[in-house]
Parts: sequence; C-alpha cells; structure tokens
Amino acid sequence: MSAAGAGPLAGKRILVAKPGLDGHDAGAKVIALALRDAGAEVIYTGLRKSPEFIVRVALDEDVAAVGLSILSGSHQELSHEVLAGLRAAGAGDIPVFVGGTIPPQDRARLLDAGVRGVFTNDTPLAHMIDELARALG
Amino acid sequence: MSAQLKPAQRTARVATPSGIEVPVVATRDMAHDPGAPGVYPFTRGIFADGYRGRPWTIRQYSGFGSAEESNRRYRFLLEQGQTGLSVALDLPTQCGYDPDHPMARSEVGKVGVSLFSLAEMETLFAGIDLGAISTSFTINGTAAIIYAMYLAAADKQGVPRAKLTGTIQNDILKEYVARGTWIFPVPPSMRLIADSVLYANEVTPRFNAISIAGAHVRDAGCTAVEEMAYTLANGLAYVDELTRRGGDVAKFARRLSFFFYVHMDLFEEACKFRAGRRLWAKLLRERYGVTDDKALQFRFGVVCGGSSLVAAQPYNNIVRVAIENLAAVLGGAQSIFTCAYDEAFQIPTEFSAEIALRTQQIVQHESGVAATVDPLGGSYYVEWLTDRMEEGMRGVMDGIDAYGGVVKAIEDGWLQRRIAVRAKEKKDDTDRGERVVVGQNRFRREAQADSYGEVFRLDPAIAGRVLEKHAQAKRSRDAARAARALDALEAAAASDRENLMPVLIECCHAYATVGEMVERLKRLWGEFQEPVRL
Repeated sequence: MSAAGAGPLAGKRILVAKPGLDGHDAGAKVIALALRDAGAEVIYTGLRKSPEFIVRVALDEDVAAVGLSILSGSHQELSHEVLAGLRAAGAGDIPVFVGGTIPPQDRARLLDAGVRGVFTNDTPLAHMIDELARALG
Repeated sequence: MSAQLKPAQRTARVATPSGIEVPVVATRDMAHDPGAPGVYPFTRGIFADGYRGRPWTIRQYSGFGSAEESNRRYRFLLEQGQTGLSVALDLPTQCGYDPDHPMARSEVGKVGVSLFSLAEMETLFAGIDLGAISTSFTINGTAAIIYAMYLAAADKQGVPRAKLTGTIQNDILKEYVARGTWIFPVPPSMRLIADSVLYANEVTPRFNAISIAGAHVRDAGCTAVEEMAYTLANGLAYVDELTRRGGDVAKFARRLSFFFYVHMDLFEEACKFRAGRRLWAKLLRERYGVTDDKALQFRFGVVCGGSSLVAAQPYNNIVRVAIENLAAVLGGAQSIFTCAYDEAFQIPTEFSAEIALRTQQIVQHESGVAATVDPLGGSYYVEWLTDRMEEGMRGVMDGIDAYGGVVKAIEDGWLQRRIAVRAKEKKDDTDRGERVVVGQNRFRREAQADSYGEVFRLDPAIAGRVLEKHAQAKRSRDAARAARALDALEAAAASDRENLMPVLIECCHAYATVGEMVERLKRLWGEFQEPVRL
C-alpha cells in the first residue's frame, strides 16, 4: 500500500458509495483499496445509502469524485438520482463513476445521462485509476 | 499462438487457487484409504449407494417481478422436469421494507419477486401443490417471516405442515460478512434463527430451516479453503446458539444443511466438499459428542457459476458451468443450481435459463458420472488434496477461535476486512494475468465484438402493479386482526424465551406485511451497525 500523498490520485478525496439495498460490497471495497493504493483519500459509505445521503456526504466532504457500486440492476434509477441531486445542489461538476453488474447495452445510457465512466469487474484496476487520474486532472 | 509449455513453465511451482502446491505426480504413499461411503467420517459421501439411491435435486434459482410472472416461470420449469423450486426474492422483501418504503424505491421486483404479504405468496404458488414440491427460499434477514408465510400458505392450501419439504437459507452470519441483507443486531438475529430451526424440527420435520452458506463469502473473494472454514465456523456458532436455547444437537443437526459455490478448479472444488463433509462430522463428534450418523451427515447444495462467469465471450460460460457442475457431482452435492451463461451481466432470459437446466440433465443422464459412488475415491491426488484442504480449513478455523470467535470477528469487521483484502489480491492476480480468464485476460481477440445474445428486460410497470396490490391487500384485510397479531408479536419478542414462530404465523394469516413485522421488531431490537473498516 502506497503512503498517503504518493500515486496518481494523490491528494484526491473520493467517495465510494453503495446506493440502494444491494448488499454485494466486495467490488466497492476492492475499488476503495485500489484508490487508496493510488494515493487517494477514500471515504466509503457502507451499505444501503439513499441517493440523498450520498449527495450530502459528497458535499460535506468536498469530494473530487463519486463512485457508485450497484449490482442489483437498479443502476439507471440510482445513478440518475445521485446525478440529479448533485446538480440540484450546484455540484454537477463532481464526476460520478458507476461500477457493478452493468449490462453492456446500458453503458451508453449511463454515459448519456452524465455518468463519467462505467467500470465492470473485468476492468483492470490500473485502467480505472488512469481514467480517474485523467478526469480529475 | 503457442499452446506448448516452455520448459521453465513445466517445472515452475503450480498451486491450487487456495495456494496448495500441487505435486507433478501423486503417488501411493501420499494418500490414505478414505474408508467407505455412508460411514463416518463420510469422506466418500453420506450415502452408501451415492446417487444410485437418490440423484441430486436439480434446483434452478428464479423469480422476478411480480408473483404472477414468477408463478408462470415456475410452472414452466416444473413442466420442463425441474424437481424443486428455488425462489429469488426482491431486495425490499429481503431487507424488510414494504414496497412503498422510500428505501424500496427502484428495487421492487428487481432481483426477485416481491412477497410483501401472504396475499402475494398465495399468488406465487397458485396451482402448485406445496405438498408435492420442495421449495427453497434465498432469504435471511426476514427468513423467519418468510418461513411463517410458507406455513400459512400451506395451511390455506390444506397441506399438512409436516408434509412440507424445502429450505430457507436463514444464515444471518454470512449476511453481515458478505451479502448484506442484515437487519437486526447479531443477538436478536441469532434468536430468530434458533426459534425457526427449533420450531421446524417439531412442526415441519422434512424442512431445512437453515442452509449455512459459504457461497457468498466465496464470491466476495475468499478461497475454497476459507469458504468452507468460515462456513463451518458459522455452523458451530449456530449449534452453540441452538444448544443454549434448549435444542438437542443430536436431533437438530439432522436438519442442518449447507450451501456453497463451486468455481473452476475441478479437483480443488471436489476435494473441498469431501474435506468439508469429513471435517463437519469430526467437529460435531469432537466438540459435542454427537454419535448418531444421521446427525453427523453433512448435506449441501451447490451453485455453479456466480463470480466465475465472465462477461467477455459469454457463451464460454456454458462450458465453465458444465465443468463446475461436474465438480459438484464429484463432491457429492445433494442439490445443484447451474447459473445461466448471461448471469455475469444480467438476469437470465428463458433461453439461457433452459441451457443451464439442460446442462445438469446432460451431466445427470448422459455423462455416467453418477453411476458409481464417489468415482474419485482412492485417487492418490484426490485423497492427498482432500487431506491438505482439511488441514487448511482447520488452520483458518483456529485463527477465528484465536481472535475470539466468529461472532466477535464479524461484529468487529475483522472477517469482512480479511475478505476484502483477499478480493483485492484476486483482482490483482487477474489483472496481472496470473489467474487466467479465457477470453478476458488471455486468448482475447482484439477488437472482440462480444455477442451477448437476447437481452432480459424487466417490465417497468411491475413496481407500480406491486404497489397497487400492496395498497389493495392492506385495504381488504381484517385490520383489527392484523393489529392484534402485530401487538402479540411485539409482546412475544420483548421476552427472550418465547418462540416467535407461532405469532409470526398468525401475523401472516392476518395479512400483516413483512415491513410491518420488521418495523415492530426494529422498535425493540434496533438495527445492526455496520463496521465500515477498510
């Protein structure tokens, strides 16, 4: 594990969140560990958080990015609610990424709705880190 | 393209996914005689005649949307020769929320059927004789309630409760660790489990009121050895709780059952079951002095697929599932569910679900693998690997004991953290290509256009219809009876000694909803506080 302050995401504060009732958190935790290895400061919400709660934490903690982990098939609705909540709070510039069991044909719809990137369990972690580093400058 | 191994690779260390170094060749001196099937410690299986006497149950997991739609799918599967039903429930039902609760928004009918009250269960099983089938419910946080509802549904059909066969998962410990549908803190959750298991022993003696599951911790990332070890540790915690509540282990142990995933390493998986079966029998004998063979017999169901399925070139998953199916049979499973090839990215279509069912039928009726008991028995490699795995499992269980037991390890988040770290290691191995996933990180065609086949689409109007039925069911019930039943539930729950099953069954008969029952219990017991440690 790299020391804080080193790595491609050094100094970035990132929220990893589990919206809705889906209890599969292995992916979210793997992502959180990988982000931390890349130097980010990671805030992990734990399970069963409402979109409203996630938006509030994103604002309160002044995060640079939000990652949503959804394996229950509710990725469209839940991502849209988080995006809308951030926009309504004037924080539409915080990039939102989505990971989980996302059918390939749903990817474009998520991106069209404003999701910045979609990752599935076959996305190499290095690739995800690169994409985040690019998005967060 | 070079399929031939280079000399360096041929001599390199090779280990199973659990990290057990594999010999180039296994020899006679490495293995010992496993004894006979049907005899303690049951290395070769719990039945002397293996699958000759009774083939494994083919049990496909399905259920989605509304009760009406799931009912149609069940009838289809039964007509196709399936021998047991397995009911998938939506997340609001699993987490104890009615469909109109804010937390249920966007999840109603998604990953399973919504069963908010007995009214929906009656619809789910309409035209299906509950006395003639066995039904398995993947339900944990609200398992006691769903079991009560099943008994009430049987009462309504006029089926004697003693005739019912089936399983509720009812394993809360692994929910805290890996699957996440916990509701209450650990102690009252353990009470609900003990109440339902002890009640089932008396009232539905052919029904498995608990299925202690390793499947989910496995899919969350741990190894085959850890999967079995954590599961047996949870099993012992339930035995302790049941014993503390006056249960007789020699009696209730006969109805304990287990549930696992099988991944791709054929021999490690088959040996996992052989080692686990033997270790469970030894633990019950060593720790509790159980001697009755029936109580020592380790019975288990298996899922083939899950996280070992791959979204890239998804049709390859049909082959993966067939190999896993074989491993489960060689390990002596009592019931098997084969995943559909498209489960890596969606809820299966009828087309993919049928292939999954046919895969099992081909293994059962064409492959000949079930013709003789434990055909791997006596193989030097298999007996040696079974021994190594049993040692590994004991080691993991000793580690949990040293920490202070499995309940403490879960309440502190210690076990969860170990699994998360293991999941990260597995992901890193895959990213580096050390763990080969054909079509994904090896033998991937560049510019590969993955064909995903037919797309499953849930009818978006389902949630609305479920909400309407929920309102309707609450309007048309005898409100006074429901209120009385809920009051009685709260009163019974306030005392630690009373078995809650009779009051839960009355709540179901009175058409109280799952959300109402859970709400009453939350008032008394509070909710589990998840330890979020990374």
